[in-house]
This record gives sequence, structure tokens and C-alpha cells, in this order.
Amino acid sequence: MIEIKDIYKSFSGNDVLQGISGKFEEGVTNLIIGGSGSGKTTLLKCMVGLHQPDSGSVLYDGRDFTPMTYEQRIEIRKEIGMLFQGSALFDSMTVEENIMFPLNMFTEQTRSEKIDRINFCLERVNLAGKNKLFPAELSGGMKKRVGIARAISMNPKYLFCDEPNSGLDPKTSIVIDELIKELTEEYKTTTIVVTHDMNSVMGIGDYILFLHEGKKFWEGSNKEIAHTDIKELNDFVFASRFMKAAKDKF
Amino acid sequence: MNFTNFGRYVLLLKSVFRKPEKLKIYLKEIAKQMDYVGVGSVGLIAIISTFIGAVMTLQIAFQLVSDFIPKTIIGSVNRDSSILELSPTISAIVLAGKIGSAISSEIGSMRVTEQIDALEIMGINAPGYLILPKIISGITMVPMLVIISMFLSITGGYIGGSISGAVTPAEYLQGITTDFNPYTIVVALVKAFVFGFIITSVPAYEGFYVRGGALEVSMASTRAVVISCISILVCDYLVTQLLL
Repeated sequence: MIEIKDIYKSFSGNDVLQGISGKFEEGVTNLIIGGSGSGKTTLLKCMVGLHQPDSGSVLYDGRDFTPMTYEQRIEIRKEIGMLFQGSALFDSMTVEENIMFPLNMFTEQTRSEKIDRINFCLERVNLAGKNKLFPAELSGGMKKRVGIARAISMNPKYLFCDEPNSGLDPKTSIVIDELIKELTEEYKTTTIVVTHDMNSVMGIGDYILFLHEGKKFWEGSNKEIAHTDIKELNDFVFASRFMKAAKDKF
Repeated sequence: MNFTNFGRYVLLLKSVFRKPEKLKIYLKEIAKQMDYVGVGSVGLIAIISTFIGAVMTLQIAFQLVSDFIPKTIIGSVNRDSSILELSPTISAIVLAGKIGSAISSEIGSMRVTEQIDALEIMGINAPGYLILPKIISGITMVPMLVIISMFLSITGGYIGGSISGAVTPAEYLQGITTDFNPYTIVVALVKAFVFGFIITSVPAYEGFYVRGGALEVSMASTRAVVISCISILVCDYLVTQLLL
């Protein structure tokens, strides 16, 4: 479980996060949603230590990450897997080398053990046999899946996904969402997905934290999100004509 | 580079020299970088050094018009100029353009495509993994390239002098072997070591802190080469002042 308490973060006097708190349970898909500029990616970066919050704390199963030294953080980071918005695959390496990279750095496995693990991860994301391809030879959806394979290669306890559907067609988006949900349930990871994709919200949002202008406006599940009377949330959820029409119909 | 940038540069270097996560992987990366910085630059350094040596001989001969000055002096002036100044400095400036821009672009592209963030999230010391092998390859391979450059520059002087008739081979050979002070080689290697550090660490710093996209990466690359060249010239003066 990951708990965030009263996170504040500002850049050059601009308050991006203003006292965000929340609890993200393991084995369920936790979503941080909000419009562009609402602070969701900044919150994610504060949680994984890419940004240092001005105040507040991030607890990984009770371990306070924020005041930790560089060396202490490494131990927690070994338990983290992350899928980046642009996949962030190392473009000088093949798919196999990308997934093998954390295994090379942090395990003493033999080469055949590592290859077995890579093949398992690739099969898990339906990319078996693509070991020798370079990122430039992959489609956007395939890159995301390789990103997921790399993120799960070390059996992470915590899985972070930054806008996993950005730039993908609706069908591929659903494939990625379902994959994230399956992996979360299968490995009981604490999964946090930052998104503004309403298909993801309705499809996999077991717990949803809604941010607006750097503040937490609402939290709940995908079953509750359509029945609130919070204007900012409704403006976000029903921004598209399709969602508006769906709301009017039901 | 203002004081804030200099402070960040020093802090980055502090992170670069943290204990490597796995030495074997770092050694592999160092070997790769040595190949790129060293072996990959031999051709360029060879061409430049040979021609500079040849041109130097012709220009020294042109300036020494007095019959009272022996022609052997052409060889010794060319030798000392090549060893002390031309080989280390010109090589470093050329390498700053070739290697510096490549380092800055590579690391900058990794920054804007979140590859550096990915390394950090994995628990890898990104400055150490990305920059340390480049600095080690710079401080080891640039002195080697400078040694090659010295040899070829002096050889280029021999060839240029012989072809043009500005100096006879015998006079040139006598010049380069007369009153040779081996300490000049030490000074040149110290310079090469310092320059090797500059042309790898400064571009790495510029690339590491890029924010934005392709335009910012290219601007960082240009800035890296300019700052490296200026730093090389300033350090050239300082090292010369200190050691001679």
C-alpha cells in the first residue's frame, strides 16, 4: 500500500500541488485523474522521487520515502516498476536488452535465467518472439507493452503508469488497460495509473483520485464517479459529447 | 557558465563519482566509450595533425629568412609547438566538436524522452552510469590521441618540408633531435588529461539538464561545444602558466 499525506509542491511560486492526501491499496488499480495542468504527473513524480515535495510524506507500506537518503531510496526503487508516457525505452538497445537491463544491474541470475524471465515477461504482454527488435521498429502500443514488460521484469511491489494510453487508438488502449489490471490482480501490486482517458476511468478505476488545479476534489470508484454533484468532476467526466449522451441516455 | 550552473556542474560530478551499482556493466560501457572516443577519432586526428605539422613547417620556414639562423631550427620549433600547444589544444578543440556534441545530444535526447527518469526509477545512478564511462574514456583516450597527434604533426612537418624544399630532411631531423626536453611531453599530457575531462564532462552536464524537446537538445549541444572550447583555452593558459 502507498499512502500520501498532505503533499505540497510549487515551482517558481506556482502552487502545483496543494495538500494532496490519499491511500492506494495493493491488488487494485488506483487512478489519479484530472485535466491537463491539474498536477497529476507532478504528484506521480513526487511519489517516485523524481520531484522532492515541498512538504508532506509518501509512505511505501509504512516506510516514509520523502526524508530518505539516496542510498535508502534505492532499496525502495528496486521494488518499483514504472511505465512512462513515451515508454522511455533505451533506443540503443533491443527489446531483450531493455528488459534485461534491470536484471543485469540488480540480480546475479545466469544468462539463461534472464532470458527465461525476459521471454516470460514478453509472453505476458503478448510480444513473444520480439526480443531482437529495436524500439524504432515497434508501434506505439508495442512500445508500451515492452515498457510494461520491463517494469514487471523485477517483480515490482509497486507499479506506476504515467498516461499509458496517450497516443494509442481506443482498441489498443483497452488492451493496455486490461493488461495493467490483470497484472495488478495477478501479482497483487500497488498500481497507480495517471490518466485523463475516460475509457480507463470507467474500465479499470477501482479507486480514483480526482485532482483539479492542484487540489484533491474527489475520491471514489468508477461506479460512483458518474453520480456525483461536484461540478469540476462532472465537467471533466462529461466533457465529451459521447459521455454527455451516455449520461442523458441512462 | 555562471555560478549557479557551475554549482550544479560540481554537484553533478559528485553524483557521477558515486560507487557503481555493478562494476562489470560499467567496465563494458567504459570499453564502448573508449572505442568511440579513442579509436573512432584516430582518423580525424591523424589528418588534422599531419596537415598542421606540414603547414607549420612551411610557415616557420617563411618567417626565418635570415641566413644567420640555421634551418635546423625549423624542426625544433615545429617539434616544440606541436608537443606543447598544437597537438593538445587543436586536438581537444576538434574533439570537443566531434565528441562533445555527440555526448550532449545523446544525454539530452535521453533526458527529453524520459530515459534518464527510467534509469533513476530503476534505482540506477543515472549520472554515474551515463557520464562516468565517458569521462574515463576522455581522460584516458585523449592523451593517447594527443601522443599520436604529436608524432604525426612532427612527421607531417618532415613531409611538408621535404616536398616543398623549405628544409632538407637531414636538417629537419637534426632540428627535431637537438635540445629535446622530455618535460614538454609531460606538460602536453597534463593538458590532454584536463582537456579530456572538459570535453566529456561539460557536454554531459549540458545534456543532462536539458528541458524541452529537439530544439533545446540542439541548443544544448551547441552551448556544450562553445563552453568546452572556451574552457579548453582557459585551462590551456592556466596549465601552461603552472607547469612552464
